[in-house]
Order: sequence, then C-alpha cells, then structure tokens
Amino acid sequence: MTNLVIAEHDNASLKAATLNTVAAARKIGGEIHILVAGSGCAAVAEAAAKIAGVARIKVADAPHYAEQTAENIAALVVAHAAGYSHILAPATGAGKNLLPRVAALLDVAQISEITAVDSPDTFVRPTYAGNAMATVKSADAVKVITVRTTGFDAVAAEGGSATIEAVAAAADLGLVKLIGREITKSARPELGAAKVIVSGGRGLSSGEKYHQLLEPLADKLNAALGASRAAVDAGYVPNDYQVGQTGKIVAPQLYIAIGISGAIQHLAGMKESKVIVAINKDADAPIFQVADYGLVADLFQAIPELIAELN
Amino acid sequence: MADLKILVPVKRVVDFNVKVRVKADGSGVDLANVKMSMNPFDEIAIEEAVRLREAGVASEVIAVSCGLVACQETLRTAMAIGADRAILVESDADLQPLAVAKLIQAVAAKEQPQIVIFGKQAIDDDANQTGQMFAALMGWPQATFASKVVVANGMATVTREIDGGAETLEMKLPAVITTDLRLNEPRYATLPNIMKAKKKQLDTYKPADLGVDVTPRLTTLKVSDPPKRSAGVMVADVKELVAKLKNEAKVI
Repeated sequence: MTNLVIAEHDNASLKAATLNTVAAARKIGGEIHILVAGSGCAAVAEAAAKIAGVARIKVADAPHYAEQTAENIAALVVAHAAGYSHILAPATGAGKNLLPRVAALLDVAQISEITAVDSPDTFVRPTYAGNAMATVKSADAVKVITVRTTGFDAVAAEGGSATIEAVAAAADLGLVKLIGREITKSARPELGAAKVIVSGGRGLSSGEKYHQLLEPLADKLNAALGASRAAVDAGYVPNDYQVGQTGKIVAPQLYIAIGISGAIQHLAGMKESKVIVAINKDADAPIFQVADYGLVADLFQAIPELIAELN
Repeated sequence: MADLKILVPVKRVVDFNVKVRVKADGSGVDLANVKMSMNPFDEIAIEEAVRLREAGVASEVIAVSCGLVACQETLRTAMAIGADRAILVESDADLQPLAVAKLIQAVAAKEQPQIVIFGKQAIDDDANQTGQMFAALMGWPQATFASKVVVANGMATVTREIDGGAETLEMKLPAVITTDLRLNEPRYATLPNIMKAKKKQLDTYKPADLGVDVTPRLTTLKVSDPPKRSAGVMVADVKELVAKLKNEAKVI
C-alpha cells in the first residue's frame, strides 16, 4: 500500500491542512508520498520533505501549475497515479474542486470528507449535515479520498527527511484562464486553523454592527471571525466567513457564537469545537443545546461588557 | 444567441428543514413520511439557467434528474421555475455520484448542451462531486462554487468562492459550472407557472437505455448517530462567563 497526498500550497508555503491529510494517510498505513504541483514551488517541496513519516516528495514544477487549476492538476495526478492504493487531499475548497476530477478520470468513486479510517478500504464520513455518520467500504482498486481536517490531528511539520524527486509535468490543457484572484487580507488567523473563533449571526442586525462589535473581541482573543449563513445571506460579511454544512467546517479550542440561533446546518460546521460559548437573547435558541456555556443576554450590551471584562 | 442549451441536473433530497433520524438498526436514515424537496443548490442552478435564457444568452433550459419516479415532482418544480422541458433517468438503484455523472454524460451526448450547471453539493450525501466528475468525463473546464456568471461570445466568465476569497476564471464553452449560495436567490414558482409546468415535456430514460452501468462502488456498512454533545451550563452574566472560561475551561 502506498498513499499519495496532494499538497495544498500557494507556491511559497505549504498549507496546514496537508498535515491533517498526512495524518489520515498514516491511519490507512503503508508508505506516504506527497505530490507538490506548482510553479517555483521548491520551498513547498522542502517543507513537505520535513513532515514526519513521509517517504518521498514528487515535485512537478511548471508554469501551468501556478494557479492550481483543477483541470491541469487532475491530469497530472492521473499521470502519476500508477502504483498508488490511496490518493488523498484535504477537503478544503481546493481539494473539493480537484479530487472528484481525479476520481472520475480513474473511473473510481470518491470518498468525501472522511473523519475516521476503520481499515484501508473502510471509512467514516458525515452525511445529512453531520446528523448521520456513514461507514462506507470502497470496492475500487484506488481509493480517492478527501479528508475533513478537523477529524485528524495534524502530524508534526518537522522531523522527517523525505527524498525529493522531480517528476514530469503533464501537458497544459489550456481549458481555463485565471482573470483575477482576490484573497481577503486579514491580520487575523485563518478560519480553518484558528484556535479561537468569534462568530456572528443575524442577531447582530447589520454588517456595521457585526464589525463594530465583533472585531474588537476577535482582536482581544486573537480570534478568526466567522458567521452563520443567515449573516452571509443578509450581506453582513463575505461568503468565506460562513461556518456550516456548506461553508467551512471548524473545530477550534473556543467557538463563541454570538446572535446565532443554531440551525442544524450551522451546527454541522462547528459542533466539534472543544468549548462552545453561545450568547443569544432567545433562551430557546437551539445553539444552547450544544453550548458548554450559554448566556441569555442582549448582545449589544453583553459584547462590550465582555471586551471590558477581558481587558 | 441562436442555439445555446443549458442542462441542469437536479436532485430530490430530504428538505433542508428536516432533521433526519438514524434508523435504530443502523441501516440508514429514516425517510418514511419525510418531506422531500429539490436540493437547494440545484434550485440556484435552475434559477441561473433561466436568467441566462431570459437575458437572451441561452435558447433552452433542460432539467434532468436521476432517480425514482418521484423525481418527476422535482422536475415539475424545475419547470415551474422556468426550465423548458425535463428528462428523468429513472432508476431505483442507489445512484452514486460517479454513476450520476455518467448518466448526465449520456444525456449530454443526446442534447449537446453548451453549459451544464450543477448544484455544488447535495445536502443529503454531502458529496460535492458530481459536477467535477462530469466535467472530467467530458474533458470540459469547470468553475465550481460560482458566485457570479457572465456568458458572452462563446465564453463563460465565472467568479468563484475559494478558501479565503474569490477568483475569476474564463472558460471557453462548453463548460461546467457549480453553484454556491450567493449566485442568486431563486424565485418562487407562481401558481400559473406551476400549472404551466404540468404541461411541459418530460421524457424518461432508463440507465440501460443510455448504456450506463450504475453499479455502486461504495457500500454503506452502517449509519450511526454522531457523537452527542451534551448541553452545558447557563451563566448568569458576562463576569461569570469569563471566570468559567479562564478557570474551568482554561481556554482564555
């Protein structure tokens, strides 16, 4: 058995989600290789080589991998798939975009967002917004898997000494052209990797209030900012703030839900958090059923108080 | 544009307001007497396709669903929103994403659409695969998780949600788009349109007619409840909350 993990990176640095994906590969067992496809991505390959428990790094460095488009990367993965029993990527936006393409080209199923490994062919994955955990067994020769990062503790980023080898790039398919990319600039930690998340819902009443109240709190706690779908739909914050079934799945040490009622779709994205705090004026809000600490209060008073108390 | 067909695959799923229950024997979730609806992302896909036709960009919108006879209802809903006609690929098999992608591929071979718009994810199996798989099988470009779509001069320019922001891709048609939440807000089907939808054309095929092997690749061994999170304590005020977080939970 040999696992191929697709590295997630921006050509300069390796994304932390790769470490959780390697953790899942370790549970499967067998040798672990990492594919780094990019342009001018030598630093990423070197970082990948240091990951504990990884045997080999394969680097495909070519200009047409710079943007990480699914069409070109999938063709590359398939070209190098021979000999691998498992192909894994993190279940991030990038991984979800890429991996089903790989699976279809190999004519195998994809097992999406696994949270546990039962055996090399049997995996646990959430369905129905996490309300039903399905144990599924794959009959395919190659298992193509996306890994829910919150289900596996990251392996050590240091301590390994994998060999790095260059592999041939596949042809540029030229199917898509990137016109522009806007990454939200923020000094705050990334939502998927933050230890503390301050998340706001419809109860904030406006985008202005959302920022005015939650930003000082997030600053105080060095937290990432998140939101419910209702807050995103109401236009308070951009879509990439959304925590939930169809947004980001998070599991920080501390999740503070403010003015969030707790629809099942939202709970699906945050209920694995270690400690959950809910602040809501409605004592019957479902969010209190999953909260470790609940406070029924008017958030417009409670949040400034909370910031003052933390000072 | 003279002749630009858009194909929109739609899935019949448990309504998003229903909290499903896992069966006691662990064989699956209890779907008896549960409200079924069109997958919300597929509604967004239909809406987007209809808007493109209304804008004169597309000539025809065809909804397609794979599954039980009851999927006819979902297709009628799609036609009430504005799809021109519908295709049911009828099967009572457990249709998994790869099989559905192949069925849609076979339908696309008959219909020759220039754009296929999928919902990014079905809210039952939460797989998020079918659009990407179909694009791979066709060798077409894909723009997943779309928040804005512009079609002109044989090109689709799509803004899509990515981790930490957004990007805009330009693709030559034919191409695949999968919808994210912000793309549009689907209209409500009006009664006259619901009545009109009943008279629209709905063709039915079987997977065998299309020459597609739909044998499942994954077997579900069991389905269980997620680990239950027990409710914690209510605190009286902010002071008590901060004290608990500091001294009890030790997270701040």
